[in-house]
Amino acid sequence: MHRTWAIVERELRRFRRSPMLIVMSMIFPVVQLVVLGYAFGGNVKHLKVGVVDQDHGVPAVKVRELAAAASSGARTIDPIEYTDPGQALTDLRNGRINGVLTIPPEFSRRVLERNQPRVALIEDNTDNFVSVALAGTLTAMLGAYSQPAARRVPDQATLDVVEVYPYVPYVQYLLPGSICMSIFMMVMIGGGIIFIDDKARGLHEGYLVTPITKFELIAGFNLSGTIKAVLSGLVLMTVGSLIAGIPSPFDPLRLVRLFVVIVATAFALISLMFLLMVRVTDPLMPRAMFGVLNTLLYFPSGAVYPQQGFPGWMQAIAAVDPFTYAVHAFKNLLLKNTGFEAIGADLGYLLIFSVVSMTAATMLFRRTL
Amino acid sequence: MNAIDVKDIVKTFGDFTAVKRITFAVDEGEIFGLLGPNGAGKSTLIRMMTTLLPPTSGTAIVNGFDVVKQADGVRRSIGVIPQAMTSDLELSVEENLLIFAKLYGVPREKRGRLIAGLLEAVELSQWAKKQVKNLSGGMRRRVEIARGLVHEPRVFFLDEPTTGLDPVSRVGVWEMLQRIKQQRDLTVLLTTHYMDEADKLCDRVAIVDHGELKALDSPMKLKTSIPGRNVIEVSFSVPPPDWRAALERLPDVESVTGEENLFRIASANGPATTMALMEAAAHANIPVHSLSIQSTTLDDVFVHYTGRALRDALQDAPASDFSFMRNR
Repeated sequence: MHRTWAIVERELRRFRRSPMLIVMSMIFPVVQLVVLGYAFGGNVKHLKVGVVDQDHGVPAVKVRELAAAASSGARTIDPIEYTDPGQALTDLRNGRINGVLTIPPEFSRRVLERNQPRVALIEDNTDNFVSVALAGTLTAMLGAYSQPAARRVPDQATLDVVEVYPYVPYVQYLLPGSICMSIFMMVMIGGGIIFIDDKARGLHEGYLVTPITKFELIAGFNLSGTIKAVLSGLVLMTVGSLIAGIPSPFDPLRLVRLFVVIVATAFALISLMFLLMVRVTDPLMPRAMFGVLNTLLYFPSGAVYPQQGFPGWMQAIAAVDPFTYAVHAFKNLLLKNTGFEAIGADLGYLLIFSVVSMTAATMLFRRTL
Repeated sequence: MNAIDVKDIVKTFGDFTAVKRITFAVDEGEIFGLLGPNGAGKSTLIRMMTTLLPPTSGTAIVNGFDVVKQADGVRRSIGVIPQAMTSDLELSVEENLLIFAKLYGVPREKRGRLIAGLLEAVELSQWAKKQVKNLSGGMRRRVEIARGLVHEPRVFFLDEPTTGLDPVSRVGVWEMLQRIKQQRDLTVLLTTHYMDEADKLCDRVAIVDHGELKALDSPMKLKTSIPGRNVIEVSFSVPPPDWRAALERLPDVESVTGEENLFRIASANGPATTMALMEAAAHANIPVHSLSIQSTTLDDVFVHYTGRALRDALQDAPASDFSFMRNR
């Protein structure tokens, strides 16, 4: 094993003298965490809604008052009064407003007659997030309008929601994926790209003429790559926890568990990378694969969106994606502060994945040029 | 026992045969050169002898170990400097040597002494702590020479050790190799496409072209093995059509090659042939444009055995030997 340690020593000495590599592998995940975290995390506000009152009766005035109240409360909508429905629709089509709330002429009469009074929302549905928020707000508003003023005994079943954990902002939801991403970045830049560049420069010829065995060589590269990726993951875990505001980020027990998951993730990803690169000689290849791998590993993992919403083929990718298990474990530890019992299956999968990938890489590795 | 024994070795990449049944032996303690243009098969040969490529057929025994069946024994007893500069640029000179000492399993108590001795031998002691990226090309090559010797190998392979170096650095590397060889019990095999390098550095030279061994002997014997002790290179302004035949009739002329107005005359007696040549030209009223007399060089030997000048072969060949990549 002393030859394996010689490879590790060489790689780490080089790593220590490449501060740019360290910075580059950290910048992307941190920027992604901050920008995506705050871009997706906030509630949609100040949607412009044109209100066309063609009724002018007391009930119609009440609807308009409720719209104004929603505007001054949650500020989801900003109502704009229109007298000409044609003008409101033109503004909607030109993107000046997000929706038109039309109170039809018979609205007051139907309210008084209890004859299915209706108001219409015509909305710009090209932005799904906006249209869902708009419809949700106005449905809630009309729900409040239809509610009788006082009722001693409710005659409808209601749902009381109890939240087990404190509110999780989106930036915290993204953090597990960002830690995986920082590990992946270091695996690709500090592992894959350097490995192939060294091969192309002829550095590996120097190794192959020594008595080192295939296993010692692969183990040396894997071990050094894992150490580098673990350092990257630890830095992002610390910085990311502070940025995202994870409660009590330095709880020692949780730090130990996080360290174990980071090591398992780094080992799995470096093993995967060597399996993919073991026969590659073209330095452009790891760079070309970078984007594809990034997309294939990160997005199906549930790091940005729940996997339950994926189509079947994507769920199949997610099932074998090591990111899935790493993200699941990090979510448990960071957002729920669970123990090992909640992440045992994740660690088991990552370990099996690593052993299988590394064995396959060693078998495919050629001891000659 | 020979340090290296190569018998009928062949290497093919698909339908391309890079090395065609080559046989040669290298004595212990000699500096042996493989001379030929890029693409001649030199690097493929050296890669087979250093276990980097398996031969298609034939055998190679290095230090008594078969390169296929006892590859590990070969690797333990040889030092190899590949054609490319392969030192770690970010590491210091000393660290480069240290990592390789560990890869070869040099005992801890020997490492320090060995590395210090080698750095002194390649005159890099004062640069020991410097990162390799701060050194010149010649110094980097010296780092690699020291690195290849860090486990005290008995046979040292160098693939084009001076390619890309300036003339002063090249001479420095030659002197260093000769000095190191004298100080150690070492056999050296190197490849080169520089004739002066093969001539000045090697005890014996094998001329390789198109994967075949064309000639093998000491540089002196190779030079005397071909016709003529001198080569007269002469050009005329407008030579008549039968001028070549006239040149062949001059005293001591052994052969005439050339075309149009430039001729290369191999002569057993350069001065006598030159005198007669000048008289014949004056008599026929043919102005001599230029004239030079040289002793026979390895280039002449190369022309004799391969039918083309090495410098032409270098221009024809690809810039680097990528033959090893064809099996991918």
